[in-house]
Amino acid sequence: MTFKRVAAASVAALMVASPVMADLVFPSLSYRTGPFAAGGIPYADGFADYMTLLNERDGGVGGVKLQVPECETAYNTEKGVECYEATKGEGALAYNPLSTGITYQLIPKATADDIPLYTPGYGRTSAANGNVFSHVFNFPANYWNGASAAVNHLLDLNGGDLKGKKVILLHFNGAYGKEPIPTLTALGEKHGFEFSTIPVDYPGQEQKSQWLQIRREKPDYVLFWGWGVMNQVAVQEAANIRFPMENFIGVWWSGAEHDVEPAGAAANGYKAVAFHGVGHDYPVFDDINKYVVDAGKAAGDGSNVGTVIYNRGVYAAMMLAEAAKKAQEIHGVKDITSGQMRDGLEQLEITNARMAELGMEGFGPEFKVSCANHGGPGTAAISQWDATAGKWSLISDFGPSDMDVIQPLITADSEAYAAENKIEPQCK
Amino acid sequence: MSEQLLFAAEVTLNGLMAGVLYALVALGFVLIFKASGIFNYAQGVMALFAAMTLVGVQQGQIPFSHLINAIFGTEIHHFPWHVPSIIAIIAAAGVMVGFAWIVERYILKHLVGQPDIILFMATIGLAYFMEGFGDLMWGSELKTLDVGLPQGLNETVLDATDKLFGYGFFLDNLDIVATLIAALLVAALTIFSQYSKQGRALRAVADDHSAALSVGISLRFIWVLVWSIAGFVALVAGIMWGAKSGVQFSLSLIALKALPVLMLGGFTSIPGAIIGGLIIGVGEQLFEFAIGPLIGGATQNWFAYVLALIFLVFRPQGLFGEKIIERV
Amino acid sequence: MFYREAGDFKTSYKDDNQTFPIRLDRAGYWVALAVAFLIIPFFVNDYWVNAVFAPFFIYAIAALGLNILTGYAGQVSLGTGGFMAVGAYACYKLMVAFPEVSIVFHVLIAGGITAVVGVAFGLPSLRIKGFYLAVATLASQFFLVWLFNKVPWFYNYSASGQINAPERSVLGVIVTGPNTDAWAKYLICLVFLVGLAWVARNLTRGMMGRKWMGIRDMDIAAEIIGVNPLMAKMTAFAASSFFVGVAGALFFSVYLGAAEAGESFGITKSFLILFMIIIGGLGSIFGSFAGAAFMVLMPVLLKNVLVGMMGWPTDLAAHLEFMIVGGLIVFFLIVEPHGLAQLWRLTKDKLRLWPFPH
Repeated sequence: MTFKRVAAASVAALMVASPVMADLVFPSLSYRTGPFAAGGIPYADGFADYMTLLNERDGGVGGVKLQVPECETAYNTEKGVECYEATKGEGALAYNPLSTGITYQLIPKATADDIPLYTPGYGRTSAANGNVFSHVFNFPANYWNGASAAVNHLLDLNGGDLKGKKVILLHFNGAYGKEPIPTLTALGEKHGFEFSTIPVDYPGQEQKSQWLQIRREKPDYVLFWGWGVMNQVAVQEAANIRFPMENFIGVWWSGAEHDVEPAGAAANGYKAVAFHGVGHDYPVFDDINKYVVDAGKAAGDGSNVGTVIYNRGVYAAMMLAEAAKKAQEIHGVKDITSGQMRDGLEQLEITNARMAELGMEGFGPEFKVSCANHGGPGTAAISQWDATAGKWSLISDFGPSDMDVIQPLITADSEAYAAENKIEPQCK
Repeated sequence: MSEQLLFAAEVTLNGLMAGVLYALVALGFVLIFKASGIFNYAQGVMALFAAMTLVGVQQGQIPFSHLINAIFGTEIHHFPWHVPSIIAIIAAAGVMVGFAWIVERYILKHLVGQPDIILFMATIGLAYFMEGFGDLMWGSELKTLDVGLPQGLNETVLDATDKLFGYGFFLDNLDIVATLIAALLVAALTIFSQYSKQGRALRAVADDHSAALSVGISLRFIWVLVWSIAGFVALVAGIMWGAKSGVQFSLSLIALKALPVLMLGGFTSIPGAIIGGLIIGVGEQLFEFAIGPLIGGATQNWFAYVLALIFLVFRPQGLFGEKIIERV
Repeated sequence: MFYREAGDFKTSYKDDNQTFPIRLDRAGYWVALAVAFLIIPFFVNDYWVNAVFAPFFIYAIAALGLNILTGYAGQVSLGTGGFMAVGAYACYKLMVAFPEVSIVFHVLIAGGITAVVGVAFGLPSLRIKGFYLAVATLASQFFLVWLFNKVPWFYNYSASGQINAPERSVLGVIVTGPNTDAWAKYLICLVFLVGLAWVARNLTRGMMGRKWMGIRDMDIAAEIIGVNPLMAKMTAFAASSFFVGVAGALFFSVYLGAAEAGESFGITKSFLILFMIIIGGLGSIFGSFAGAAFMVLMPVLLKNVLVGMMGWPTDLAAHLEFMIVGGLIVFFLIVEPHGLAQLWRLTKDKLRLWPFPH
């Protein structure tokens, strides 16, 4: 990290740096401070490190260097808006804000500015309907796929029959935590399990009464949608009441190393849904270590490489880089615009062969994005925490989710949005 | 006994335990408010900072390593040692004393005699500063705090209640330990303030600043003393909460849990903080248990405040606060 | 030398009591207004509006509102975030239910609804005082946010509980939604701010304001000389909540475009606005502006200097930002405990005598 010491600090500093058009710019609206820093740091590191890897190893994408200007949001929507406006002028090609709140904010803005949003595994679930949300992409999986994947796992455990079982969703009492409720209610009706919810208010430092309630009601399974301090406390409290950890399943934002480590050995067996591979047994991480960490160019101190959230940052960066490559191919230019980037995302195709080339074989599913489907295949796997080995491992393959239930929900929600905002369907 | 009644008893018991933790945080506020009339907004951040320092020392983290690395391009992160918990706790307490001294020397000294609201505001500035400073010193990632406190279900209570009522009560070991430590802390504080010279000076200052000054008590020393004690209480609170959730930013929000306790118990009363804490702890858990499911749950955040509000309408100075006498 | 009263003869009470008794101040005021209305709109871009002007104007409105309650009437409140949420959700429901009515009316009615809610939550202030009241108002903060999160009617049953501002226009110019031009967004906020600041100034120097200040300085004494504390406190809560409600409505509809109760209107917002008026100066219109400017612009400025110009890593810059803002607050207090407004007053007093102080 070099320091450009600039002495003059005048009010003119409020002006944004002049645009650098020659590079492919992917701003990283990260949060390395504030209540969600624990998850924000590894994600931002992974995102930046993969882009650095492409620059160092391949000289960028299609010969054009990548640039990742970082902007701190502290998970705060207002700072998110400021960051968006500040980086927009630098020729941003796509945004990946890692915050459901900021995503909601940016959906209309970015669409109007013709800049795509890529929100893998978070944000507005119904944005999977590309017909309405032309500039939002949330492949390969969204919250509703995650909820369905968790239920599918429960079906597997019970030989396909969940009748009479009791499932509780413990969730963050906000936009993010409420997302899976419609899907789980619908799935409950379909499979005949009894479904109820227990909300936890921000920040979730204190969850005693929620867990006492769980202890009283003796549910067969607890599903969990948390983020921030809520994760560590929930895992600890579950261990405290001796809830069988293998019956406690979190979404992918509640399944990182730092979520389970404070609880120590008691967290053994805790499960989480995953939409990409875990661990560092992929060739791409060797490259990251070789070209980025060892070269002293890593965004963090390199200790996060291979952790769950870091991997997610790498995965997201990989998708954006692939989409940029696709956009270059479609339009035959090197310096793509954000509109062309959108086309690249919409026609993106990820094959297993390509994943292997990238050193990420089996890291994620094969899929193809289309105009109508911006949500990808919606496949997800289940991962489990091994406290003695101190690592997560996948215990199932990437399986499909119940699109019969999810698709009507996506259609209904996105069409309500289209009607409210008078959006014409974009696909012919 | 009916099942519902047993559940209610279990919830009440756990509420009491939670209440002790709230009281512990509230205690820090009361101490400073009593001795200097300052509503210390920075109390929560102090708990976070104390816990961060504890973990940092324990794990041999190099302070400001991120800053140093950024400026000099080095790659240093940890000292090659781990410090035993007890030494780390003492070191953290020492840092909090140093912190108290700095606060008095550079902030409070200049603001003697200012209105309450100004002093309150100074603590806001202090809270902002500490938040940035703590992160800069130890980094903002999540840290696991382990000082060997027991955690998890208490077997003895479970077995005993199971035999007695046919339903095993859940009590967290950590909560039991926290209750014991809080009781010890309060006993120590009481003994200190009743029987030691400094303690008597402390009470004199709390009673009347100018009268205490006139009999030769050093106000500045008392302020350093009381901020040190508050720092120590913050450290204990930080350990108790941090053991459960790891040390991270949210720890500074536990101050919010103490505010209704303060209202209820009165800003100036130590027994008030404890009894207020217990009432809030039990009240919010019972409300969540009995009424919560009917109106959708997650009521804890506001119920404590509404409960305190109702109390205040009938007793505007809190349960044990000094009676407000107004003259024109 | 130029900043003086000498030669500026006041021949009527009206002249004597005007807001800006010094000619240069008056000129400065009109020039500032002219620049704000006639020049800046032609130059603003998205960044300046979204990162600087819109939040500054809206927070200034909220700070004005809280200053009426806390600075003028002496009732410390930490329920500002909750009341902003009332304004925002009321505005959303109105925008969706009556799309043909102008948004200006929606914002004003939202302010009115907030005023009613504010009065209801202000009732305990008759019994509770000082810090106790501050903490008691937190009850409204937490309860309101919980309510908006819990009752789906408020967010029209959307899956996630977020509310989105549909596109609306004033006199044919789009002011909400993604297609708003920067200048339109700037102007609508500015018009509301200037209008409300004018109302606030005239409320606080009139009969009403004097009653409030009487209550603030000593409520029992005020009661004895014939101020009805019930009326005075309730009008203060109503007026304050109206301002805060308008700020909340603009915050949601014009500035952010989407909001969620817990995230956008949480407890941090209440504290932030309280900080603004304390730092700016209690009981001062100028203080509300100065405080809002300090709390909104300072972090943006610091960020741009530290990250944009000096190239520091974003996390270090964020930590330093906190330290500098905190340090500055303490520094200002030690230098001048009564806020930026008092600092400004002192400067003006010095200027009046300059360069011949004797």
